[in-house]
Amino acid sequence: MAKKRTIRTIPQERTRPHEQDPVERAKNFSEVTCVFSIEDAVRESERCLFCPDPKCVEGCPVGIDIPGFIRKIGEKDFRGAYDVITDANLLASVCGRVCPQETQCEGPCPVGENLEPVAIGRLERFVGDMAIQERWTNIPYVEPNRYRVGIIGSGPAGMACAADMAKAGCEVTVFEAFHVPGGVLRYGIPDFRLPNEVIDAEIDNLRALGVRFECNTLVGRLFTIEQMIGEMGFDAVFVGTGAGYPRFMGIPGDSLNNVLSANELLTRCNMMRARDSSHDTPLPLGRRVAVIGAGNTAMDAMRVCMRLGSEHVYCIYRRTKAESPARVEEVHHAEEEGIEFHWLTNPIEILGDAEGNVRGMRCIRMELGEPDESGRRGPVPVAGSEFEFEADTVVIAIGTHANPIIGQTAKLKLSSRGYIEVDENLATSMAGVFAGGDIVTGAATVIEAMGAGRKAARGMKAWLGIRDTDTVYQPEPVGGEATILGIGIAEKNFVRVHLG
Amino acid sequence: MGRNGSLEAPGTRASTMLGTSKDSGYGIVTREDFSDVTFLLEIRHPLMAQAAQPGQFVIVMSHAEGERIPLTIADFDRGKGTITLVIQAVGKTTREMQQLCRIGTSLFALVGPMGVPSHVGGARKVTCVGGGLGVAPVFPQARAFKEAGAYVIGIIGFRTRALVFWEDKFRSCCDELIVCTDDGSMGVKGPVTEGIKRAIAAHPDIGEVVAIGPPLMMKACAEATRPHKINTMVSLNPVMVDGTGMCGGCRVRVGGQIKFACVDGPDFDGHQVDFEDLTTRLRRFATEEKSALDRWSESCRMTTPPEEAGGG
Ligand SMILES: Cc1cc2nc3c(=O)[nH]c(=O)nc-3n(C[C@H](O)[C@H](O)[C@H](O)COP(=O)(O)OP(=O)(O)OC[C@H]3O[C@@H](n4cnc5c(N)ncnc54)[C@H](O)[C@@H]3O)c2cc1C
Ligand SMILES: Cc1cc2nc3c(=O)[nH]c(=O)nc-3n(C[C@H](O)[C@H](O)[C@H](O)COP(=O)(O)OP(=O)(O)OC[C@H]3O[C@@H](n4cnc5c(N)ncnc54)[C@H](O)[C@@H]3O)c2cc1C
Ligand code: SF4
Ligand code: SF4
Ligand code: FES
Repeated sequence: MAKKRTIRTIPQERTRPHEQDPVERAKNFSEVTCVFSIEDAVRESERCLFCPDPKCVEGCPVGIDIPGFIRKIGEKDFRGAYDVITDANLLASVCGRVCPQETQCEGPCPVGENLEPVAIGRLERFVGDMAIQERWTNIPYVEPNRYRVGIIGSGPAGMACAADMAKAGCEVTVFEAFHVPGGVLRYGIPDFRLPNEVIDAEIDNLRALGVRFECNTLVGRLFTIEQMIGEMGFDAVFVGTGAGYPRFMGIPGDSLNNVLSANELLTRCNMMRARDSSHDTPLPLGRRVAVIGAGNTAMDAMRVCMRLGSEHVYCIYRRTKAESPARVEEVHHAEEEGIEFHWLTNPIEILGDAEGNVRGMRCIRMELGEPDESGRRGPVPVAGSEFEFEADTVVIAIGTHANPIIGQTAKLKLSSRGYIEVDENLATSMAGVFAGGDIVTGAATVIEAMGAGRKAARGMKAWLGIRDTDTVYQPEPVGGEATILGIGIAEKNFVRVHLG
Repeated sequence: MGRNGSLEAPGTRASTMLGTSKDSGYGIVTREDFSDVTFLLEIRHPLMAQAAQPGQFVIVMSHAEGERIPLTIADFDRGKGTITLVIQAVGKTTREMQQLCRIGTSLFALVGPMGVPSHVGGARKVTCVGGGLGVAPVFPQARAFKEAGAYVIGIIGFRTRALVFWEDKFRSCCDELIVCTDDGSMGVKGPVTEGIKRAIAAHPDIGEVVAIGPPLMMKACAEATRPHKINTMVSLNPVMVDGTGMCGGCRVRVGGQIKFACVDGPDFDGHQVDFEDLTTRLRRFATEEKSALDRWSESCRMTTPPEEAGGG
């Protein structure tokens, strides 16, 4: 080892990735932030102090060995870095892009006390994207153990559980209600933050592990969980159906035309490709769009509206910017792209015209009141500050309730709010049935859902009596030539593993 | 099998995008045309045929770029492993389906059965009312009531005699059948509410009415039964996207509360439904729907001659 790094000797400036110009990008759906170049990544890796007691790892919900993979980047052993990450997280490309790093891994990084913290997310994305580019996959040798596992929902929780169970030798089938897999990653998060190719690549990795995807399958209605465990012969089931039943405001005007949930807007745009004239799904938006809420969903909805050509996009939020639950980077990008923020503003009525369409909104200004017991200052209305403004579309992004379908169709114990109740191993009240992700916790983050999927997989393995053996990875030919002929290493690798 | 099944790995990337590959779609085994706008498709889906209950619906995508549209399961045959849809060609998607869905072709996506099954309760005497296309979706309920031992009075209404379909099917499961036509060319002259009046007059002990059809008709039925305090169920048809409770596009007002028709319904108490809200919301995409249809008709006109030349 060379001399020990200190806060004084590391590069002081955080490496900035190239970003599309705000004016340009607000008109297209290409990705906003470009991936680090190799030089950028190596330089940024030099900012890590390799803390003996790394706080970043504690901040990451799945405990990635962050200094471990950063060290490999410094050594230009990118494949090694990928192996370190995939020990804990199989969605490196996704999480590197969408994790709220400032509250997870990067928040507690001590470099951030004086300078900006190490760009852990960007480094992770760099490694994940390189893996996709080079078609690296870590396909272990696995002895089939004849257990059959059914996964309900193909979001991050389901994907993570599927991967771990497949690696343990189970025959895994993922059932998804939509015609495409991916959950919120597919229908919610827009392409300019998370391109479809990234999700496709992650799903291909799962297929290479032997996981089967059955789309167009609404579990609960087409068959029940009881039937899966019974007549269909599944030994264990994981429920990862997400949260997703959007809340409305409960104020006058809620059901006017052109009042829609952010989920509807995003699904029409992202999954049904309403923005593409070769697709049939309509998505009419007005010139002035008001989006209520300031979480990730709201930011995505607003930025989609900008890109679809709305002239004014207003963000209406009753607290301040500091309380916005969105990733800091998203708020920043939204501001750059020209979203007009109205902090401390609460809607009280959506105004309609004679045809039942939106024509505007009535809002009231708020101010921060006295701190409550938790020390948080809640917003209180400022008397007499009501005002009206013009808008022709209102998008509601104030959160979701639990999806009711599984609760309606299975005798699983639910909480009073409709979420599935689980024990510390994520086992539900029904033997052999586990659950995790948003359907247990309420809306959370991609990496938390993934972590839950993996935790449930551990619980499931213990329940089935599968011992965790050390994973053995299939060696792959080195060098880039295997992708040149257009034959993916992943496929070749897969065939060798399972015919061998 | 699962593992070997995935050996078709080449091309997975494309097929993930599309969800399923074209040839693994849902095959159409029967087609019947009731009129120049109404047609029936019977589709193979053994699992769904097993699971389907009266009152449930499916979401269909006819091709990969298509819209997701909801259609009621008008019949199911558990033995044959098929479900039946009856479709009215009203706009771009349904007209295109009318043109392209032939025996031997398949649908790109078919998901369901969705919605809470109708409650086929203990009523001893029920009236099942279908207006126009609503005749098809009310059929499984009439049959289920009959199988549950109820006395079933069927009322089916059409504009004119030429549009009448499934009279025989209804006769086979109804103890009485009243056919209504607007122009009097068959049965009772007048709307289905005329039939309801007659049924109530003859049977003061009707315990439940089920009415399916256009919103205005369902509203009229609910008004016809309200003074008699007869429990009246209607099946609502707002615009849907996912059908799984995720988008809220299908929200309706029932008893002053917001409900999502796809997961809380589609059946609701007709006396509680805010029909005005429903009809307003159904006009949501009027402009876009019209322009989609115009664009499509235009492109059909352009492509018709070569197609005719090629296919005969
Ligand atoms: C617009 C938006 C932006 C977000 N941005 C971020 C972000 O930047 N960073 C971040 O960390 N988190 C973000 N989140 C949150 C994050 O996406 C979720 O917490 C995470 O996706 C939850 O994963 P999940 O697997 O539990 O459920 P989901 O991703 O919701 O997946 C559930 C899947 O199950 C399917 N399903 C449901 N019911 C059934 C059934 N009965 N049968 C079969 N399939 C069924 C659904 O169709 C869906 O595909 C965002 C969420 C949204 C909506
Ligand atoms: C639960 C339910 C069951 C239904 N069952 C049947 C049925 O058995 N047979 C049948 O012919 N039709 C049924 N419909 C209506 C059918 O879905 C629409 O006719 C169809 O979507 C029209 O699409 P389009 O592109 O051809 O016409 P468009 O020109 O797009 O629309 C024509 C009219 O159809 C309605 N509509 C449009 N898009 C949707 C959508 N995504 N979801 C719902 N309604 C829409 C609107 O009111 C619109 O005015 C049902 C609707 C619902 C909600
Ligand atoms: S998974 Fe998320 S929280 Fe964990 S290290 Fe990566 S970016 Fe940070
Ligand atoms: S906390 Fe920061 S400096 Fe310390 S190991 Fe983690 S990334 Fe490196
Ligand atoms: S169709 Fe989306 S919630 Fe009902």
